[in-house]
Amino acid sequence: MSDSLVSIRDVHFSWNPRREIYTGVSLEIPEGKITAIMGPSGTGKTTLLRLIGGQLRPSSGSVQVAGEEIPKLNREKLYKARRRMGMLFQSGALLTDLSVFENIAFPIREHYDFTESMIRDIVLMKLELVGLRGARDLMPSELSGGMKRRVALARAIVLDPLLMMYDEPFTGLDPVTLGTIVTLIKELNESLGLTSVIVSHDIRETFSIADHVCILSEGIIVAAGSPEELMNSDSEFVQQFVNGKPDGPMPFHYPAGDYTQDLLDGDI
Amino acid sequence: MLNFLQTTGAHIIDTLSNLGKATLFLFNVLLGLKDVLLRPKVFVRELYSVGVLSMLIIIFSAIFVGMVMSLLGYITLVDFGAEESLGLLVSLSLIRELGPVLSALLFSGRAGSALTAEIGLMKATEQLASMEMMAVDPVRRIIAPRFFAGLITLPILTIIFMAIGIYSGYLVGSVWLGVDDGSFWSQMQSKVEFRHDIVNGIIKSVVFAFVVTWIAVFQGYNAMPTSEGVSRATTNSVVYSALAVLALDFILTALMFSNF
Repeated sequence: MSDSLVSIRDVHFSWNPRREIYTGVSLEIPEGKITAIMGPSGTGKTTLLRLIGGQLRPSSGSVQVAGEEIPKLNREKLYKARRRMGMLFQSGALLTDLSVFENIAFPIREHYDFTESMIRDIVLMKLELVGLRGARDLMPSELSGGMKRRVALARAIVLDPLLMMYDEPFTGLDPVTLGTIVTLIKELNESLGLTSVIVSHDIRETFSIADHVCILSEGIIVAAGSPEELMNSDSEFVQQFVNGKPDGPMPFHYPAGDYTQDLLDGDI
Repeated sequence: MLNFLQTTGAHIIDTLSNLGKATLFLFNVLLGLKDVLLRPKVFVRELYSVGVLSMLIIIFSAIFVGMVMSLLGYITLVDFGAEESLGLLVSLSLIRELGPVLSALLFSGRAGSALTAEIGLMKATEQLASMEMMAVDPVRRIIAPRFFAGLITLPILTIIFMAIGIYSGYLVGSVWLGVDDGSFWSQMQSKVEFRHDIVNGIIKSVVFAFVVTWIAVFQGYNAMPTSEGVSRATTNSVVYSALAVLALDFILTALMFSNF
């Protein structure tokens, strides 16, 4: 795919030599689209975002964002590249000692020498986008989980990134806030011309807005395609994951020895 | 036996790797001095939270340590009719030893542990990672101001500790126990040397400030991002600081005050 903003090729990564998280992940993230990376818990979906953001380096393989080889950038260039990336963390990750307004103003103050009135205008515009202009003076501790995530979203887009990464954006939200976040991701992607990557295991919400879905399991991409293609896939694994069946190619049981023998051993 | 060797080896490698990490980290923090100077407001806020908020415990401890020193000193000296030297005893003990050591220990308990917990929690709640993704280096923006604030405030707190300790020793010695005012101060004036005693005491406190703050910020930054990890890092911060201060105190005292 020539029009991809992020290109990941044959990436290997491990936290320790005994357990390799990726055994050759390759995927392309097309520009201007919403790409979802899905998979069971513990397969390293968030790790993939950290590799794209340069917070982690792969053991081997290539991670390119807008043509730049992220793992090979020096500190200065990496920080420059990150100005074009936004990331929404699962917890929101707001700076707890700053108000909502100051949290959103933080990246601007750090990188630009704007006047107070310019900063104010930019922050209020971003807050209006997420519907929280009225909450500007609140502290993070006074916000609900959904509001925190919306503030974090406003902060993530404040430097007008090319690429937005969402780490589990739908987890732990009430149905109304969930709907708001789903709509916001879709609308922001269209109105700001972003490229979005969503890491999630919430099938319904993700499939409703994603243009392209990749399923990650056992260190590789096991399936990829549009939501419709995956829903109609013949693969047993994809069917188990998409329909949430408890047992299948992805076993319910953690590997263990013989059950009867295990019980008998306890009598000794 | 092989198991024992393996475990010991793993511990040694682990310790060496942590030491290497801590040194690289320190190097990065020191490079952040420029960023600290460019953001005086952030630095002043840290000076307040690390220094001003530690004043109360330093002042209270200094009052009681000075009083106890004076009382115990008097009880010993009076038997030899040497109670006029009380001022000298109290001031030398506080300036050379108790001021720097106790201030550093109190500082590590009050400010060091708070720094570790704060930085550890910022890591656990992904605040540091989010800064990195906003292209803001957390080592320079969060750690460096805290480190330099600690480096500056502990020597100042130590001087305050010494001054208050000596004065409270004077109150107990002269006002309560009746040691002559003139002798108390004049003995101190004639025997305490500025370069040999006061400067060396301050050098000790600068070394302790460096080590205690380094340990505190490194433990926080290197903490496992879980509640157990942060709690362990906070404990380690205080324990390692106390051990480092006491061991360094012996080395510095030997270098500064011994005649061999």
